[in-house]
Amino acid sequence: MSLYAEVGEEPQPRNDWALRIRAHENKPNTGVRIMAYSEKVLSHYETPRNVGSLDKNAKNVGTGIVGAPECGDVMKLQIQVDDSGKIVDAKFKTFGCGSAIASSSLATEWIKGRTLDEAMAIKNTEIVQELSLPPVKIHCSVLAEDAIKSAIHDYQEKNGLDHGDHDHN
Amino acid sequence: MALKLPIYMDHNATTPVDPRVLEVMLPYFTEKFGNSASRNHEFGWEAEDGVKLARRQVGELIGADPKEIIWTSGSTESNNLAIKGVADMYKDKGRHIITAIHEHKATLDPCKRLAKMGYDITWLEPGADGIVTAAQVAEAIREDTILVTIMWANNELGTINELPQIGKVCKEKGVLLHTDATQAVGKIPVDVNAAGVDLLSGSAHKIYGPKGAGFLYVRRRKPRVRLTPIIDGGGHERGMRSGTLNVTGIVGLGKACELCRLEMVEETARLLKLRDKLDHGVLSQLEHAVINGKADQRLPGTTNISFPYVEGESMMMAIKDIAVSSGSACTSASLEPSYVLKALGLGDEIAHSSIRFGLGRFTTEEEVDFTIDKVVTAVKKLLELSPLYEMVLEGIDINAIEWGAH
Ligand SMILES: Cc1ncc(COP(=O)(O)O)c(C=O)c1O
Ligand code: FES
Repeated sequence: MSLYAEVGEEPQPRNDWALRIRAHENKPNTGVRIMAYSEKVLSHYETPRNVGSLDKNAKNVGTGIVGAPECGDVMKLQIQVDDSGKIVDAKFKTFGCGSAIASSSLATEWIKGRTLDEAMAIKNTEIVQELSLPPVKIHCSVLAEDAIKSAIHDYQEKNGLDHGDHDHN
Repeated sequence: MALKLPIYMDHNATTPVDPRVLEVMLPYFTEKFGNSASRNHEFGWEAEDGVKLARRQVGELIGADPKEIIWTSGSTESNNLAIKGVADMYKDKGRHIITAIHEHKATLDPCKRLAKMGYDITWLEPGADGIVTAAQVAEAIREDTILVTIMWANNELGTINELPQIGKVCKEKGVLLHTDATQAVGKIPVDVNAAGVDLLSGSAHKIYGPKGAGFLYVRRRKPRVRLTPIIDGGGHERGMRSGTLNVTGIVGLGKACELCRLEMVEETARLLKLRDKLDHGVLSQLEHAVINGKADQRLPGTTNISFPYVEGESMMMAIKDIAVSSGSACTSASLEPSYVLKALGLGDEIAHSSIRFGLGRFTTEEEVDFTIDKVVTAVKKLLELSPLYEMVLEGIDINAIEWGAH
């Protein structure tokens, strides 16, 4: 590509895009790279599953809020539990990066239909693996795990259930 | 014409070289390649002519004598030379320097180094509007003050400090004034005499010139400013900055200055219209969005807007077709929150997502419309997702909550 010849030949009118457009021609339009996100993170980010809120005052709803605004991330995760102890619905809202949004979206997907014990057993490493999170984004997945546990605790507390066995520190 | 994505809205970071600038630079790479310091042949003279013209072009833009222009590699070097050069040259007169906490790193870090060497630095804090006032400077000046270094316009906010007034204060008190005018030169009228400036830094790549070329204006009369050089060698640039001149870069810088000067009035009006359209388009559709910095005292093409309750990185992701600069992202991922926004006293939930839009010479109205649309859609979507916003809607004061650490 000869920029030299093209620029030298004729004076470029003002606001002429020709030069920039030529520079773009050879490369696919990939948008601006902010950080390398995996397909799965992007999918959850673009169309997050289970966004919303459940009635936090309802007895069969547990609410977990973790994180802090000054850290740049706050995650709210809610579960609705039926009489048999199964999670029948889950909702989330997240203030945080794309990976945090994806982690919480994935978490709600995973816990729906599971028992409290099963949900309690979900580890952040599984989220990391599923979403292919890079090391700097691991804490986003930790947040999601914490949010699940916190929601379950809230539900158990509300309903006078013992959760000593499952306590994480 | 269909929009080309991504759209560049980051002209405060750098600018494309204007094709007209590139055109005048090209011969200096290949045909007129001489060393401007070669005094005894045509090649040297030709290069020297190019450099001479550039000196005039820069001088004309800032109201300086061509002899007062010292070529550097850019504003980082210019700031270093001005601050360290004055500090060393005048150390017997005093060791007190005044600057501000929201200056560019290229000013902060030289000052911090001087502080380590025993100099006394006063760090002025801007008001909530981001402006450093002449009154603040006047109050901070002491017997032993040798230098005030306050930027003309802030790179993150676009705010313009009280410049002619600060210059007046410094003149009255007989203290040298350096200003980092990297963002102001070529965009707003800059006159070193009217503003009482003794040293001024500028950089080509912010004004449609090439990267790696800049200048330091050093006053020669009333007073004659002297500097201890940082780089010693062949004694180029009145001994203040040795090294074979970057002739291509200098020629480009000169042309860039000329274009800015000739087109400033027209371009300012055009950019103001576009920038105000962007501000209005975003603010009128997003209730909580706020402009950072004094809105009516800013560079024409720059705006910095906060989107409370929305996190910065997810915001950047949502508007990934638009190249902008974000004030902040999650600290946990070790991305620093902006010290400039913190200097304004912004709360964390607000400082966490601020975006600087930098419009420029090639920005079109179409691009601005596209940006407004994308930003509004993105913020609305993220507010929908935001637990903080939900709390605010419920009337909960999120600053009163005791958040746990994780
Ligand atoms: C205000 C300010 N000062 C200094 C600099 C550094 O300039 P340069 O890139 O020419 O070293 C910049 C640009 O990043 C700036 O905006
Ligand atoms: S929420 Fe902090 S980096 Fe993801």
